[in-house]
Amino acid sequence: MQFDLVSPERSLASMDATAVQIPGADGDMTVMADHAPTITTLRPGVLKVEAGSETHEYVVTGGFAEIGAAGVSVLAERAVAKGDMTQDQMDAMFDEAQDIYNRAKDNFQNEPGPVDDAAKLLADMVAMGGEIGLGTKQPNL
Amino acid sequence: MPNLKDLKNRIESVKSTRKITKAMQMVAAAKLRRAQEAAEMSRPYAERFTAVMAGLASAAAGSDSAPKLLSGTGSDQTHLLVVMTAERGLCGGFNTNIAKLAKAKAAELIAAGKTVKILTVGKKGRDQLKRDYEDNFVGHVDLTEVKRMSYADAQGVAKDVLGRFDAGEFDVATIFFSKFQNVVTQIPTAQQIIPFAIPEDYEGADTLYDYEPDEEAILADLLPRGVATAIFSGLLENGASEQGARMSAMDNATRNAGEMIDKLTIEFNRSRQAVITNELIEIISGAEAL
Repeated sequence: MQFDLVSPERSLASMDATAVQIPGADGDMTVMADHAPTITTLRPGVLKVEAGSETHEYVVTGGFAEIGAAGVSVLAERAVAKGDMTQDQMDAMFDEAQDIYNRAKDNFQNEPGPVDDAAKLLADMVAMGGEIGLGTKQPNL
Repeated sequence: MPNLKDLKNRIESVKSTRKITKAMQMVAAAKLRRAQEAAEMSRPYAERFTAVMAGLASAAAGSDSAPKLLSGTGSDQTHLLVVMTAERGLCGGFNTNIAKLAKAKAAELIAAGKTVKILTVGKKGRDQLKRDYEDNFVGHVDLTEVKRMSYADAQGVAKDVLGRFDAGEFDVATIFFSKFQNVVTQIPTAQQIIPFAIPEDYEGADTLYDYEPDEEAILADLLPRGVATAIFSGLLENGASEQGARMSAMDNATRNAGEMIDKLTIEFNRSRQAVITNELIEIISGAEAL
């Protein structure tokens, strides 16, 4: 099964994979060959790709995954190999999520929808930090 | 007739100009390669993204609950023109062509009784449009400090545009940039980004997808990102176009300088010969008079 990971700036990976674990907005899903065609949005999380005996891991935020007959392509707004992730990048991403949450709270005082979405984004960000072993600041909800 | 000293000075000055234009051409050529690579690397993302979005949009278009970024505000009274140009000049008609296209569009819209607002990205476009449309300016994004265009820069511009859209400042947004065809040809282009226009060559999806979460949620998530993606590709195309335009402009300038040097050298040689002949005549007639 063909696997592609592209960010707006470049294509990060293109390989033959046996299984891909995608951090979908509604929960993780593992895609293997002949998966039903699906499009899902991504939450901030870790994307695991199994290619033969090797496992590659990427940190992704924002975007979507397209699962088709030919394979999986993940279009992530930001994608970094897990090993290359630094505390500075993590902090920047966390600050951005916190900023989105603060703005949602100001703009949508009577609508819980967007505020909840932003709170989830922030929580996902913290969970991702824990998963890759980089601490984050305490979210201010 | 200019004297020899003047001619010599002029030749020297044209020669140093040629050195500068030659150097600029070479720098532009190197930068062009990088800019072109960046534009090419961003293409797979933009193409995939547009394809998925077109599929979702054509399914959702016409439904009442479609997001505003897709269906529009229901009016087209106020237009926002996002004019993206370079931060520097000396690149032939590159900036002027984009500004000209934007001016034509602005004039057309004003003639049709619409309100026009202008947001500029890049100093040169602002300078050119300010002369005629200063009152229509709503903002300027400064990218002077940016060495290498990154997606974050495009996101900054997109955030600005989306913020204005949410605040109800405009109904339709169009971006102006130059599409890179090759080194000598760059095509000034206008592209509507809000509401999202389904590409004309879109033929419909050939696969039926499951959506997670539902289609509307995905669409609502993707549309704002689509604005950033469109702006990012516009900026990258512009980057490549600018360097291409500069390269060919500087190539022409170098060639012109060469021609000028040849002409001036001939003139210089003629004048020198005339002076020598004059002196000889004086010596000979002096000798004859003895």
